[in-house]
Amino acid sequence: MEAGLLDVRIWRGGDEGAFASYRVPARENQTVLDVVTEVQRCFEPSLAYRFSCRVGVCGSCAMTVNGAPRWTCRTHVKRVADDGALTIEPLRHLPLVKDLVSDVETFFDKWTQVGVFEGTATRAEPPAAVAPTSRERAAADAAIQCINCAVCYAACDVVGWDHDYLGPAALNRAWTLVNDVRVADRHGALERAMGEGGCHSCHSHGACMEHCPVGLSPTASIAGLKRTAFWSLLKGRAA
Amino acid sequence: MSGRGLGLWAALGHRLSGVALAAFLPLHFLALGLALEGADRFDSFLRFSDLPLVKLAELGLVVFLSLHLLFGLRVLAIELLPWPSADGQRLRLVYAGVAMTAVAAIAFVVSVV
Amino acid sequence: MSERHLYALQRMTALVMAPLVLVHLILIVYAVQGGLTAAEILERTQGSAGWALFYGLFVLSAAIHAPIGLRNVMREWTPLKGRPLDLTMLAFALLLIVLGLRAVVAVVGGGG
Repeated sequence: MEAGLLDVRIWRGGDEGAFASYRVPARENQTVLDVVTEVQRCFEPSLAYRFSCRVGVCGSCAMTVNGAPRWTCRTHVKRVADDGALTIEPLRHLPLVKDLVSDVETFFDKWTQVGVFEGTATRAEPPAAVAPTSRERAAADAAIQCINCAVCYAACDVVGWDHDYLGPAALNRAWTLVNDVRVADRHGALERAMGEGGCHSCHSHGACMEHCPVGLSPTASIAGLKRTAFWSLLKGRAA
Repeated sequence: MSGRGLGLWAALGHRLSGVALAAFLPLHFLALGLALEGADRFDSFLRFSDLPLVKLAELGLVVFLSLHLLFGLRVLAIELLPWPSADGQRLRLVYAGVAMTAVAAIAFVVSVV
Repeated sequence: MSERHLYALQRMTALVMAPLVLVHLILIVYAVQGGLTAAEILERTQGSAGWALFYGLFVLSAAIHAPIGLRNVMREWTPLKGRPLDLTMLAFALLLIVLGLRAVVAVVGGGG
């Protein structure tokens, strides 16, 4: 590596594309997203990439960085560069649109497939009193802070092998619904999580929890779904 | 070690040992079935199983069976017991499995020699 | 049968087999000492209701357990999926039951 310069390889084009190389000045406090932005502004105006908030809230800037899926806006170059070299690719397991942009539609389709929040109470009623210390609320709270960045989906080995698998984020979401006492049809949420491509397709490799940028454990959530499904079946309940 | 990737290796070990055992089961049953044709036929098969290469294959099966058992207990612990916390400690239950399998293999080798 | 039922069956047979496998492993290490002979094996097993029950349960559990696991592997790693895969695995389960119970009869049943 030349002093003060990063060797950056970025995927260009669609599935039949190729890597292009750039020399980007190394800076203090530089994130991977900063590098991509600098490449687009200074060298490659046609480079396509996706980002929005730049502070780790919106979950839109995830890419594959030196082989691992990461949120690029909160990933410091110093932490991931391999002797000054960065290889930046689009997220895996999703159709490629162009350059660093993956089509996340299937990811969000699967997210809604496990169900959306539908409560029993109306606006007119007072807010439900849910004890924060209750077992169910604690389980839901542990899984609720997902930013939908699809890093876990890209990290999951099973998603790569079985395209029908719902994936860690959607099932993690299902676990919050199953544990939310305000949800009208919690049995239905469990049913949807147990269907074809559901929680039973997970083999607990743990890649999702290792890569989750906000420190969630979809592995624990999916294990919870399996456990609930298993014991309720033994007790003779439908769901 | 942070445990990164360890879950994948444990799952692959579990899976490959399982496939090997599934492939071996029909042959194992057929071999035992030879006893139906009399102890002589069974004995001639068992003499075949004294050959060094066959012994090696048997050692492999003992290792696969121990691995599959221990990786399987890991899966049961992950999936059927509640997690004390969500930090993934359990996913790392691999070292014990490999160590105990090594003990089983050594016991087998010692008892054969 | 739903994914949930297959999963539950596989985990329950796993729970059943865990102690059986442990006994089986110990027995293997013990039995191979000084080489295997038919007489030695058959002497232990023939006419024993205990071993008949042990191996019968073992065979049935394995015959349920293995095809469900193999089905997951095939679905993820091979082009075989859906109904053809399910029927293949059902056939494999039946094969294991037939060959397995025949083996139990062979080593536990009368003089042979």
